[in-house]
Amino acid sequence: MTTTTRDWLLSETPASRMQARLGRSYRVFRALLRNPLAVVGALIVIALVVLALFAPLFATHSPYAGELTDRLKPPSDAFWLGTDELGRDIWSRIVYGARITLAIVVLVAAIAAPIGMVVGAVSGYLGGWADRILMGITDIFLSMPKLILALAFVAALGPGIENAVIAIAITSWPAYARIARAETLTIRNAEFISAVRLQGASAMRVIVRHILPLCTSSVIVRVTLDMAGIILTAAGLGFLGLGAQPPLPEWGAMISRGRSFILDQWWVATMPGFAIVIVSLGFCFLGDGLRDVLDPKSGNRQ
Amino acid sequence: MTSAISLRGVSVSYGETPVVEDLSLEIAEGECFGLVGESGSGKSTLLRAITGLAPDWTGGISLFGQARGKSIDRRFSALCQMVFQDPYGSLHPRQTVDAALSEPLTIHGIAGADTKVPAMMAACGLDPRFRFRLPHQLSGGQRQRVAIARALMLSPRILLLDEPTSALDVSVQAEILNLLKRLRREQKLTYILVTHDLPVVSFLCDRLAVMRQGRVVEVADVAALRANTMTHPYSREMVARSERRV
Repeated sequence: MTTTTRDWLLSETPASRMQARLGRSYRVFRALLRNPLAVVGALIVIALVVLALFAPLFATHSPYAGELTDRLKPPSDAFWLGTDELGRDIWSRIVYGARITLAIVVLVAAIAAPIGMVVGAVSGYLGGWADRILMGITDIFLSMPKLILALAFVAALGPGIENAVIAIAITSWPAYARIARAETLTIRNAEFISAVRLQGASAMRVIVRHILPLCTSSVIVRVTLDMAGIILTAAGLGFLGLGAQPPLPEWGAMISRGRSFILDQWWVATMPGFAIVIVSLGFCFLGDGLRDVLDPKSGNRQ
Repeated sequence: MTSAISLRGVSVSYGETPVVEDLSLEIAEGECFGLVGESGSGKSTLLRAITGLAPDWTGGISLFGQARGKSIDRRFSALCQMVFQDPYGSLHPRQTVDAALSEPLTIHGIAGADTKVPAMMAACGLDPRFRFRLPHQLSGGQRQRVAIARALMLSPRILLLDEPTSALDVSVQAEILNLLKRLRREQKLTYILVTHDLPVVSFLCDRLAVMRQGRVVEVADVAALRANTMTHPYSREMVARSERRV
């Protein structure tokens, strides 16, 4: 049964659109499995998603309520990763914090990547004044340090997760616009683009149906590699008190609270720090693996 | 009778550089007209101007008596299509044959892709099993067949061929030329064939024009090419060079 499914997926002569599409995804998936680091990265990311989705099942205590008598307990059987200064279980808070981290990462990617791709593709395809104006705006955003710009936006919009997401998205789309524009410039004069133009396709149709699909793989790779940076920026905002507000169990904010006890109760700041490092590494590994599989410039396409 | 393609005093330039200068030609319906000349003589540029891909031209271009504007519009797309030189570059690398062939129908709002695509594939000698393959799973000759099928999806009356066989192996070239010959007969197409390959011209064309540095130096019947009775010294030189190579 499994072999027949595999043969069906790898068939050189797919009989339907669906089969052709599934077959392509399956080939990418198999290529990814051959890269051990990518598998590790994917497992970490999957673990993060599972933890976030089923947080109540994995948490041993409430992430918000704690007994003051249990404050600053070291890791033990009852409190796997210890407790913080209000007696809350750090493991449970990290588990619930995965939801916040995942939400930030997904929302930023969902806002920034499409904006960047559309701006880049339109700018590269139309050229001329449109290109100069759009790329000028992109350059302005690109020239400012990410965290500082995010800080300025959060300061203006007020602290909170939603504003942190908006601020991070505003600072991260220019990189995707640059990539999409570069890709567009290499393909805009290709004969297959001339061919669809000859058929009478509008500029909008050429960009959406023929150019953007060719930009997606490099943007996906870049977004995955940027996830670590997004998580760190979100944690940085949280640490500075401008991201998630107490009592939300955001990892950066947790480190910030633990800073006061770092010498005597090291686990309070260290445990969420580990969480950030592991998840960032996971996204980096996965991004590297995806680049090897998807990036058209890496040569070994299948 | 109005000509299928009528060019009156057409000049094309890329920026400041003139590429085609003051060129006039009349091509009758059903004719296959060869444009020959060495690289840089402006023959491909002329094709791009006729299709609308090179909008920087002056003069008059009309197809079946209708003057065309500088930009691409759908009425002329349905009348006149083009097959490109490089079958490796003219197909979208992420689109299946099916997607490439359905696209013109979708753009023009024509229904029935599910019957029209297999029918056109059959007409162009493509196995139905190739329908959901990607370009990289096809050979050069098969790709060129897909490109020809795509150009014919809108049932144009004029097909512009920009060196359609020069990127292919000799044996595959012959297949594609036979296919083009058959399609022209079956669908009553008018061809302009750009090439530097004189045997291809004598196989497929009725008349030819020799171009040099953006100008037509001679228009002749293909019989004159075969009998080597062309009058202009440059044409004779070209024929002589071509024979030496063979």
